[in-house]
Amino acid sequence: MKDFATLINTLDSTNKTSLKLEAIAHFLDAASNQDKLWFLALFTGKRPKRNTSTALQKQWLLEVTSIPEWLFLECYAAVGDLGETIALMLPPPTEIIEKTLSEWMQEILQLQEASEEQKKTFVLNAWNHLDYTERFIFNKLLGGSFRLGVSSKTLINALAKYFWIDATAVAHSIMGDWKMESAQFAQLVKGEYTNTGLSQPYPFCLAYPLEKEILNIEDWQAEYKWDGIRGQLIKRQGQIFIWSRGEELVTEQFPEIKNALLDFPDNIVLDGEILAYKNNEVLPFTALQKRLNRKTLSKKLLEEIPVAVFCYDLLELDGNDMRPQPLHIRRSLLENLFTGNRSSLIQLSPIVQYDSWEKLRAIREKSRDVNSEGVMLKYRESPYHVGRKKGDWWKWKVDPFSIDAVLIYAQKGSGRRSSYYTDYTFAVKQGDHLVTIAKAYSGLTDKEIQEVSRFVNKHAVEKFGPVRTVKPELVFEIAFEGIGFSNRHKSGVALRFPRIARWRKDKTVADIDNIDEIKKMIPA
Amino acid sequence: MQILKFTSKGIYCIPGNFYIDPWQPVDLAVITHGHADHAKPSMKKYLCHHFTKPILQTRIGADIHCQSVAYGETIYINGVKMSLHPAGHIIGSAQIRMEYKGYVAVVSGDYKLQDDGLSTPFEYVKCNEFVSESTFGLPIYHWLSVSEQELQLKNWVEQNRKNGKTSVFIGYSLGKAQRIMKALEGLGRLHVHYSIARLNMAYESAGIQLPEYQSVDLRNGTKELEKEIIILPPSLLDSQLLKKIPAVSHAICSGWMQVRGARRWRSADAGFAISDHADWNDLLTVVKATEAEKVYVTHGQQAIFAKYLNEIGINAMEVKTSYGEEEDYSTKTETE
Repeated sequence: MKDFATLINTLDSTNKTSLKLEAIAHFLDAASNQDKLWFLALFTGKRPKRNTSTALQKQWLLEVTSIPEWLFLECYAAVGDLGETIALMLPPPTEIIEKTLSEWMQEILQLQEASEEQKKTFVLNAWNHLDYTERFIFNKLLGGSFRLGVSSKTLINALAKYFWIDATAVAHSIMGDWKMESAQFAQLVKGEYTNTGLSQPYPFCLAYPLEKEILNIEDWQAEYKWDGIRGQLIKRQGQIFIWSRGEELVTEQFPEIKNALLDFPDNIVLDGEILAYKNNEVLPFTALQKRLNRKTLSKKLLEEIPVAVFCYDLLELDGNDMRPQPLHIRRSLLENLFTGNRSSLIQLSPIVQYDSWEKLRAIREKSRDVNSEGVMLKYRESPYHVGRKKGDWWKWKVDPFSIDAVLIYAQKGSGRRSSYYTDYTFAVKQGDHLVTIAKAYSGLTDKEIQEVSRFVNKHAVEKFGPVRTVKPELVFEIAFEGIGFSNRHKSGVALRFPRIARWRKDKTVADIDNIDEIKKMIPA
Repeated sequence: MQILKFTSKGIYCIPGNFYIDPWQPVDLAVITHGHADHAKPSMKKYLCHHFTKPILQTRIGADIHCQSVAYGETIYINGVKMSLHPAGHIIGSAQIRMEYKGYVAVVSGDYKLQDDGLSTPFEYVKCNEFVSESTFGLPIYHWLSVSEQELQLKNWVEQNRKNGKTSVFIGYSLGKAQRIMKALEGLGRLHVHYSIARLNMAYESAGIQLPEYQSVDLRNGTKELEKEIIILPPSLLDSQLLKKIPAVSHAICSGWMQVRGARRWRSADAGFAISDHADWNDLLTVVKATEAEKVYVTHGQQAIFAKYLNEIGINAMEVKTSYGEEEDYSTKTETE
């Protein structure tokens, strides 16, 4: 596992893409076919199920080290990652054993049928024969979670560069349904198995935030920017697949969409937004959230929160890749598909008509009225790009709401952010006292986070486990996308997607907003 | 018997009427070592080890009133028998032993057990009361041996050379930089930042031989540094100057680098957990060896370490000081 450990170490620390690509190339040179397949599987989310719980791992660690549980929890709070905490707390190995990544994975897979005692023997033995880095990776493999410093895009680019092939092809080849036992790494990456996978989605085309006014508006198509889940609907040889943008197959989560797609012609791929939709109205994202990641879907839930897909692009027609075609052609072919109005469950996302920039701006400003978060602008001559490409697709989101609030609780982050206080709770005024309104994790620069951390260190008033209560002094502008009543926070309201817009060093706690005023923002 | 008092100016020796590493101006300041959070300006008089004196003169001013002593040398201050004993932290670093009417207190400043080959190795001193730091007072901090650490650094340089990269090491200019230099001895030319070179002179004046080096000022151009070995202080970490070095690959050497989150936060190309502080096991070893009836835990993980000591039967309490937080929080590596 040494090669793999070296790779992970490099990917994990450097933020230079060139160094990451080099490290991946080194690994591909050195590793066996099986190790490379496992590498690909782990980094593209095809990891095996977890066979030992983290609670057991923790229990075994406490037995081995005789460290009290509270001290373990303090360590965990400082490290921010369970597998790493365990790796760091264990005594040094008595002897190093070299096994390949796939050998370890095979042994971990076999744990499925093992008793707890057998699992314990296996894990303790492994811990005792691995150095710190490999131990950490072993714990990650064991835990079934694997997210390390490389995006799937960087990985795809690295593979494309290594094999001298197009990144699009690689993305398509590795995304689908391949089997560890039968695949050959090089063939897989080069796409030799591609045609057998009916399920394979195309990489999504993504938009950049609008940078400036568009002049020749007649060349640009406008649509609402929907606030749901981006989805790719595939129907090939009568089979249906629904992919989310996270490259997850979500077909079973939306049975009504699956059914509705049966009425459509065969061998098509549609791009659109999955939305909660009831009585001919799009519902806010908070409604859709209740439908997501459920193990079972009750009849009641299906009735309570029905969904629909608003389609805005056509990627495949009669089995042909339509992506190189210009948008206006794809759009008219897409519209043809919907003639006869097959179903309200899958519908065409309407084109927003506008004859001037001012008009579009006005439409955008009112986009919350239809539960959309702004408008999209797409160049009519543009192909359907792979991933984020600047210039042809722009998103123009409506300005967020904002309030001024004071920091009252802070907690250290996890992973990269574990050495600093990065998770904040904010409060606003209610009469002459403070009530919590939102938690926010992002929006500050690294320098500002360090400055806030220093403040927290100096002005912590109370300590509840990892949470510090701080003197209410630092005022921040909190931006958010929506607001509603809720009992999650003491203020009685909940903000949608709150984040820190900026640090208002010019304001004091006397200047923050009042909850009664804030409640007036809630739509009736 | 109470010899020590923790005041808003610093750690105060009551019968001796002097302070140890005070952070506000006082008449007599006994200084454990030359790091900026322990040796502050504006004291009427300083007392420190011989090797620390040139450091204070470089950092605070050549005109300070400063008396220096050797390790183990006894001096009496207002009836308190005081002596300095090696702390192993950096050159000249000392534990301050104070004896009054047969009662002994030791303030250890910053310390480590590992012998870095540059500082005088740590000396165990038995006492009634012991003041200990706790910078790395969590059982996630376990250092590799000095020879393993040196091998790590050498391997990294070799690997960079193979890939045509320039190796830049980031480490505190007093203590860490010299350890890095020593680890890399014989690998080729060493370029050190001029601020490090200035402190190297303090080592040389103490008769410690450092590997040969060249002083470098990045503002005068970086072209000729390609594929070389360079050692820089943490203040240059976020600077444009660092990025201008051709084919740069940079490594941070600091105990904090033990944790992945810290490595990623600094987004260094590599991080090596090399520290001038004691790790978890060494903190415990030292505290136990002092046989102190009372342990005061200062800067670092004081609450956690004190709680743990009490659980294993050592009477300990946490004490708030200004050490370790004086330097910018953003470069935690600074105070190491």
